[in-house]
Amino acid sequence: MQHQFEVVIVGGGGAGLMAALTASKGASTAVLSKLYPVRSHTGAAQGGVGAALGSEEEDRPEWHTYDTVKGSDYLGDQDAIEFMCAQAVETVYELEHIGLPFNRTAEGRIAQRPFGGHTNNETGKPVRRAAYAADRTGHMILQTLYQQCIKQKVNFFDEFQVLDLLISKGAACGVIAVELATGELHTFHAKAVIFATGGWGRVWEITSNAHSYTGDGVAVTLRRGIPAEDMEFFQFHPTGIYRMGILITEGVRGEGGVLVNNDGERFMERYAPTAKDLASRDVISRAMYLEMRDGRGINGKRYLYLDVRPDTVNKYARSDGRTWPDGSPYQISGADIMSKLPDIIDFCRTYMGVDPVTQPMPVQPTAHYAMGGIPTTMYGEVVIDDKNTLMPGLFAAGETACVSVHGANRLGTNSLLDIIVFGKHSGLRAAEYANQSTYLPLPAEPEGFVREQLEALRNADGSELAVDLRKEMQDIMFADVGVFRTEEGMSAALEKVKELKQRFRNVRAKDPSRIFNTDILEAWELGCLLDLAHVTARSALERKESRGAHARDDYPERDDVNWLKHSLAYLDDKGVSLKYKPVTMTRFEPKKRVY
Amino acid sequence: MEVKLRILRYNPETDSKPHYEVYAIEAEENDQILDLLNRVKWYQDGTLSYRRSCAHGVCGSDAVRINGVNRLACKVLVKDVGRKVTVEPLLGLRVIKDLIVDMEPFFDHYKSVIPYFVNDEPAPARERLQSPEERARFDDTTKCILCAACTTSCPSFWASGEYVGPAAVVQAHRFIYDSRDRAGAERLELLNDRVGVWRCHDIYNCTNACPREIEVTKAVGEVKLAIATGRIE
Repeated sequence: MQHQFEVVIVGGGGAGLMAALTASKGASTAVLSKLYPVRSHTGAAQGGVGAALGSEEEDRPEWHTYDTVKGSDYLGDQDAIEFMCAQAVETVYELEHIGLPFNRTAEGRIAQRPFGGHTNNETGKPVRRAAYAADRTGHMILQTLYQQCIKQKVNFFDEFQVLDLLISKGAACGVIAVELATGELHTFHAKAVIFATGGWGRVWEITSNAHSYTGDGVAVTLRRGIPAEDMEFFQFHPTGIYRMGILITEGVRGEGGVLVNNDGERFMERYAPTAKDLASRDVISRAMYLEMRDGRGINGKRYLYLDVRPDTVNKYARSDGRTWPDGSPYQISGADIMSKLPDIIDFCRTYMGVDPVTQPMPVQPTAHYAMGGIPTTMYGEVVIDDKNTLMPGLFAAGETACVSVHGANRLGTNSLLDIIVFGKHSGLRAAEYANQSTYLPLPAEPEGFVREQLEALRNADGSELAVDLRKEMQDIMFADVGVFRTEEGMSAALEKVKELKQRFRNVRAKDPSRIFNTDILEAWELGCLLDLAHVTARSALERKESRGAHARDDYPERDDVNWLKHSLAYLDDKGVSLKYKPVTMTRFEPKKRVY
Repeated sequence: MEVKLRILRYNPETDSKPHYEVYAIEAEENDQILDLLNRVKWYQDGTLSYRRSCAHGVCGSDAVRINGVNRLACKVLVKDVGRKVTVEPLLGLRVIKDLIVDMEPFFDHYKSVIPYFVNDEPAPARERLQSPEERARFDDTTKCILCAACTTSCPSFWASGEYVGPAAVVQAHRFIYDSRDRAGAERLELLNDRVGVWRCHDIYNCTNACPREIEVTKAVGEVKLAIATGRIE
């Protein structure tokens, strides 16, 4: 079946829905989502959205900008970061105006909590910048945006999974999607396409990410010759539930929780004397790795404790001299924990039988967030080479895009900020673009490439199981392209992924049916994950320095002379090739990064 | 340990009616029921079909009946239910395939209650003020993830799919009791309809089914009271 919309948005999470709200005001718009939009992974974001509202204490967008530049280990583009942090304030108020139920201060303003890496630039102390709704801020953003899309009568194609991007005369002109309920392929003819398909944490063994976080958007665009930027930078969040990877928000540490090793020591004091447990995520994950490597994991195992028991919090708040905004000493009770972190308590009770009010939580670093992705400008326009050439009609926003505002390491709360600011502006720009352009002719046999891929999965010999290949990929990527990296490990991972891609040709979909054939789609998604693992391992191997989330033992220092640049990885039948482009610097010269 | 997983299967392309199949699965007591479904699908029978995404109880994809009660498959562990587990699709919605039901009627009811914020007064430059007490008034119903566990546990909904169901009432409640919203009266009028809140007979299945521990029956009761008294308090 064929459809025509001026703007087609792929993905119904926060970025896609925000784009839908702005694009649909100026152009006919459709949202295609492989899940019902309210199932999207935005809903799993917990702690808050960063904006210098100054509800609770003095704060400024310029401080937020500097903190983000520093957090990115100077790899973020400073013009885009400044834009995002300035836009943050009005965009968060816009969310409030459309009903988002933020927690409130006693004065009725939007409540804010501290988060890692966000500081008062004058004192260096943590600043309350994360606007939050309990520990379900992402859920409230997703719900609010979906509600407003219903109000605005946005066209939704729910449970339509996009498998290919159509290009005509060098410009995007549509997508091919499979309708899950029927198995039918649909061609969506468009003037502008926005990819907002989220991340790909399922490349790694331990992850906070949903099963459906398989990087479809980046894989589809890579296969159409569009590069992926900064793929070597993938964030490992310090606090995932041991063995399961389920996220425990940084907001726990914002509320005063601390990380503790087997000796009962609050070890972050050694690694980050000022920010301690609120240092950047890359810094904390590395510290945890080193503690566990040196035998100080709990009972020698690969986890540490996250302790938010009131006695612990109050003890360290006293020794840190932490105060409430009015200057009184910071002290909390079990009831405060319950009201501010209800979901965290529920996760711990359900999955571990641990009550965080009376027991510490076993945690380990968990694959969490892609800093890299489809290269874009700050208006979501997709860039296809090292000279910043745009592909007409193609846009990307949210985790799947690389603007780049997160550089080598994202600060907590900046992902929700990213989706609302760049979702909004990509929608505006796509509608504007659509209004000035005509529908390009579709390529001949638009569904051809998708049919070829699905046929291959139906007709393979079946000598390999998708689950085995997925597990082998996840294990080696977690061990060797994870928190700490070695040349040897990354080379081994790269060779292994290439081998897995060969073996993937023997994976056969076992379900021959048309209706809800999730079997063939899971296999197709494994193909996406393998392509992303391939590009990630190769980009990582080539970057001979340590910066942000990319830390290697043979090049332990940041090298601004040779490596202050973005990578652009291209994928074809011969493998991965790399180009580089400069980082945009405006006001901040790179300095040594200390927390 | 070995778990016997009994699943109600239905493939519309080959089956005339649903049937049970039993799978023997190696499991640990902390495994989720979703892990077991995955193990069946990945190792034993790729045709088994179900929805899933986040795998930790926040996306609402995998609401099913586990040993006769509505639960999220990712929020029930083997140790909660023992070695014999029966998994069936939700009741009251058409089964499309295996554990996948047609969610469209559910979302149609959702859309019928003005499930979005309404306030056409000019917004201030900053936020609309709301006290912590006003915010707390509707906190419970903001937790809803639209998984449909409540609505499909409701005998009134089973009796007639016309009933908007508890999930839609929960969504309406979230806005009716939001001090910033201005369409409360309109929603109450909608819910005073013959397919509205009066179909609820306080059976509490919804409250017991909610994976987010929302006091669903209480919320429905508050909406009934508001309709009866004409006051939103």
